[in-house]
Formats: sequence, structure tokens, C-alpha cells
Amino acid sequence: MNRIKTLFKEKKDILSIYYTAGYPNLGDTVAIAEELERCGADLLEIGFPYSDPVADGPVIQASSKQALDNGMDLKLLFEQLKDLRKTVSIPVLLMGYVNPMLQFGVENFCKACAEVGVDGCIVPDLPMVEYEDLYAPIFEANGISNIFLVTPQTSPDRIRKIDGLSNGFIYLLSSSATTGQHLNVSEDTEAYFSRIEALKLNNPTIIGFGISSRETFDKACKYAKGAIVGSAFVKSLKADDLQLSIQSFMKTFRP
Amino acid sequence: MSYFVNEKGYYGDFGGAYIPEMLYPNVEELRQNYLKIIDDADFQKEFHQLLKDYVGRPSPLYLAKRLSKKYNANIFLKREDLNHTGAHKINNTIGQILLAERLGKKRIIAETGAGQHGVATATVCALRGLECVVYMGEIDIERQAPNVARMKMLGAKVVPATSGSKTLKDATNEAMRDWINNPVDTHYIIGSVVGPHPYPDMVAIFQSIISEETKKQLIEQTGNDQPDYVLACVGGGSNAMGMFYHFIDDENVKLIAVEAAGKGVDSGFSAATTTLGKEGVLHGSRSILMQTHDGQVVEPHSVSAGLDYPGIGPQHAHLFKTGRGKYVSITDDESLQAGLLLTQMEGIIPAIESAHALAYLEKMTFTGAENVVICLSGRGDKDMDTYMKYFGL
Ligand SMILES: Cc1ncc(COP(=O)(O)O)c(C=O)c1O
Repeated sequence: MNRIKTLFKEKKDILSIYYTAGYPNLGDTVAIAEELERCGADLLEIGFPYSDPVADGPVIQASSKQALDNGMDLKLLFEQLKDLRKTVSIPVLLMGYVNPMLQFGVENFCKACAEVGVDGCIVPDLPMVEYEDLYAPIFEANGISNIFLVTPQTSPDRIRKIDGLSNGFIYLLSSSATTGQHLNVSEDTEAYFSRIEALKLNNPTIIGFGISSRETFDKACKYAKGAIVGSAFVKSLKADDLQLSIQSFMKTFRP
Repeated sequence: MSYFVNEKGYYGDFGGAYIPEMLYPNVEELRQNYLKIIDDADFQKEFHQLLKDYVGRPSPLYLAKRLSKKYNANIFLKREDLNHTGAHKINNTIGQILLAERLGKKRIIAETGAGQHGVATATVCALRGLECVVYMGEIDIERQAPNVARMKMLGAKVVPATSGSKTLKDATNEAMRDWINNPVDTHYIIGSVVGPHPYPDMVAIFQSIISEETKKQLIEQTGNDQPDYVLACVGGGSNAMGMFYHFIDDENVKLIAVEAAGKGVDSGFSAATTTLGKEGVLHGSRSILMQTHDGQVVEPHSVSAGLDYPGIGPQHAHLFKTGRGKYVSITDDESLQAGLLLTQMEGIIPAIESAHALAYLEKMTFTGAENVVICLSGRGDKDMDTYMKYFGL
């Protein structure tokens, strides 16, 4: 069984952490993964940077820009991840936009993921139809899960379709928003989470976008198998004292 | 071969809707409704009434006699500069505001480069009493100050885009982020034939009034609705697509699209997308864009804010790849000289964007019999600062 499936089978209140590859320093990518696992993270989403990240708020825009200025690209990222599985055992996803992936070649991308032990990817602007028609066989042949997003505006029919194409988990957005906003669980949000629960999907869900504190994390875990922390973590990283900054951030989530 | 969009939202290899799930419901709502709404008799009536009484259409097709003599051809200028607000952009914003109303939207957002699309959007929002937010690159806010003032006076909120190159591409990113965060009551009026399907098709349909009128006017003036050449400048490509639209299937009419070479295509300061670009995805569609080996979008340069964009619309990418259109480029210097020439020979101060199309006449040779139509997409009022500095006026 693959790492993602095992994780969702064995754990609840899954803590997933997003960070940008090549930030704050170009060579930090694997060191951050190792430290996060030591501090109790269950799942990692490593962002490959893009110049025009339309789904991201200011924090991840800035980390992406810094990473690009530092010299990060997909070729280098896969080189950095070459020995990932010697020191990191939790599931790892790559997250980024479709254009860098297309230029690298979707097949090359999936093969490289499989080679270094990356379990899946999240590409928000890769449309479902294109994935289904063109790329799903390539992902499947390489054992790479493609994770889809769902928002409160996604129709039940479409959610079912997404569930059918998913192989791992579904990423629930607490609201339609760019990254880095604050989770605000209103009656509407609760109704939406309940609606999702009632659909009895095949894939488990975790909640992302707007999870910034222990409090919002706990709230999200009431409605899903876990939650994703992104901007808040990226913001807390200190270039000159990486390890300590990660440890002190993670303490609130995994005391 | 078809040069128009297919049922999947593609033009050959280009187009589609590469958008995050957050935008899907909005874009899908548009996709399902745009043709139905546009084809509705009520919509058509209101659209054409406003184009006539408010925009001042039809815009004249003017035979520029002195220019014709200089270049040894019959040079016709399609005078989009005479439209209300000073450019072709308003054809699209009138169409989209009527569509937004029919979709029940209360709030309008837009991106702008030169400020012409921002002004055209702020104008129709004032006309219909809708809230308006315009995103504009910080650099463009500086170089297009008169248009910023106009938008503010029209009641729009102008929000500076401070990321990346601080120009049109970044303003577009900010507008898309706004739309993601306001998924229910907001309509995004994209200003060119770019973006996810159905935008490129929808904007082209609204701008196609340019070639529809041109054909009628050519019959009246020359007895033949088929000119030898049609020229237009290309930023995202909306005035060009409007100018080409009804000529695309007339294969003997040569279509020439003029991009901005900036300081020269090899200078590192250019916006000549088809020369410098490769296939990829930008702002929701698969097209041709300027990018690094790793798919990072390259920051473009042009003296004209409206052409300072690293991509082109997917239909242009298709016309380019199939060879149906000829894509060329003109430098900053060449365009400014052409702007001055038109001013002094015909008494028309063109937008620097439009001056790029005019400048290409220098590179063509004629026998005296050819009919040439150039889309004069806008007037130069907004560019006076640039002209004055360049020529030391
Ligand atoms: C006068 C004028 N012409 C051309 C353009 C370029 O846009 P498009 O290529 O969509 O026509 C602009 C854009 O602002 C403009 O203001």
C-alpha cells in the first residue's frame, strides 16, 4: 500500500505542512522536510515555485519569488530530492502550477517523482478534463496521486467526479480564497463540511487554506481527517535559524 | 480548417480553461450562458443601441490620402480612436457589462495596462451603477497618469499591483486573485482575448463589430469588401481579433499582427511574444508566452503599456501556428516615429499601441493598387507625456 493510503488508514488529525522549495535558502528543501518529520508533521507539500501564482496570497507569492531568485527550478528540485527517502519517511507531495510542469514534460515529471519517492502532486490550475483525457494514464503508470481541490461552490456532481478521479485524498478549501486568509467557520462553512460528509466519498478529505493556528487546526479536524498549514508556517521560517524556527512553530501543533 | 473555437474551448492546440477550482463555478457559469445571452434579441438590441448612441459607432473608415500617397497604396484607418473613451476597449466592456447584469452580478473587477480598458470598464460601471475595482501595475499607474485620474473620477477604485514586473501581467494576476476571493457576486471583465475559455471567444465576438463595419464601409468606398491587407497591433490581441474576425475565412485577405519589439527582439527588453515565446499556459489558457526553460513567465518590455504583455490570446497563437496570420514586431523607436508621422501628415495623434501597426507600413512594399486597412485602436491623449519626453516637445 502506498504511503498516502497508509497514513489515512492509520491516523487522524493529520497535520500537513506546506512550504516552498528553495526558500528561505536554496539548499533548505530537504533539511526542512527532515525537521518537520522530527517535529511530528504527518504529510508534506513541497511547493515548486512559479512566477505567477494566481491562487496564492502575499506570503507564498513572496516565498515563491525568493525561491526563484535563489535559483530554484524543477530540475534542481528533483536533484535535491534524490536521497529524500533515506531520511524522510512520511508522504510527500509536490504542489505547483501547471506551466513549469508542462515545460518539464508531464511524463518526465511523473517519472522523476516516482524515482525520488514523491507520492503525489497538487496542481491547482491543471483542469480536470485535461487531466482525465491526457495525463491520468501517465500519473497512474508512475503511481503518482493527483490531488484535487474542492470549494464551497463546487457542485455535488463535480465532487463525485473528482472523487472518482482521486486516489489519495481530496483537498477541501474552507472557502473560495487565495492562500493565507483566516479560516472563519461560519454556519455556512459548517453546512458545507456536513454536506461533504453526507456525500460519503471514497477518498478522505483534509482541509486547507486559512489554517494558521492550533485553534483553527483543531476546528478543521472536527470536519475532516486533518488540515494543511501553509502560509503561517512559511511566514515563521527564519533563514538564519531554520531548525529553531521550525521547532518553535511546530510546538503549538505537536506539543 | 477552422480558425474559431471548438466545443471544447480550443483553437487547434490552444485555449482551454486552466484555472484553479476556485474559479471553476464562475467560468463555467459564463461558458454555459455567454452564447445564449449574446444571441438573445433583447441583448442584441441593447448592445447595438449603446454602441450607436453612447460609443458613437459606426466608427469611420477613413482613407488617409497623404499617408496613401507616401506609401503608394490606399491606406484606410479604422477609427476606433474616435470611440467614446478613446479606444476599441469599450466595445468589449459594453458587451460584458450587459452580460454581467444578466448574470445578476453586482460588482465588477478588471485589469488594465494602458488604462484604456480600466477607463472603459469604469465608464460602463458608472453608466449602469455598478461597483468597480480596477487592478493596474504600479509602473503603469505612473506612465498612464491621466487614465488613472479618469478612472477615479468615474468612481472606480484603482488598486496598484506591486508584484512581479508591476505591469499588465501582474494586474491580471491580482484581478484573478480578487475573483477567487469574491466568487459569487463579482464579474471579471477581462480586457483582451486572453484568459480561460470562453473569454477569448466572448471578447472576440464583442470586438468583431470592428470588421463587421469595415466590410460594409469598404463596399461603399471601394466596391469590394476584401482588402489586400488588414493590420493591427497585438498586446493580448483584442483589437486585432476584432479587426481580423470577419476576414479570417477570406483567405485572400492577408492578416498582419504587429507585436511590440520594445528595445529590439534580442535586447532582453521586448514583448515580441511569437518571436520570443514558446507554447505554455498563462492566465488560464494554453497559448504562446515568453518564458524561461523552466516555465517561469518572462517580464516583457514595451514603451506602450497596452502591448507590455508576455502572451497573446489563444486564437492568435492558432493563427500564427497555422500561418493564417503573419506576426511581426516593431520597436519602441519605430512606433514613436510612426506616431509622429501620422500626427503631422493626417492630424491624428494615435495611441502608441496603434502606432506599432502604422510603423509596419515602412516595411511593406506596394504597387499603388492595394487596399490596406489599419486598425487605429486608440487615440494618443494618454501618451502625450511619453511623446513629449521622447521628442523633446
Ligand atoms: C489603444 C490600444 N490599442 C491596443 C491595445 C492592446 O490591447 P489588445 O491587443 O487587446 O487590442 C491597448 C491596450 O490597452 C490599447 O489601449
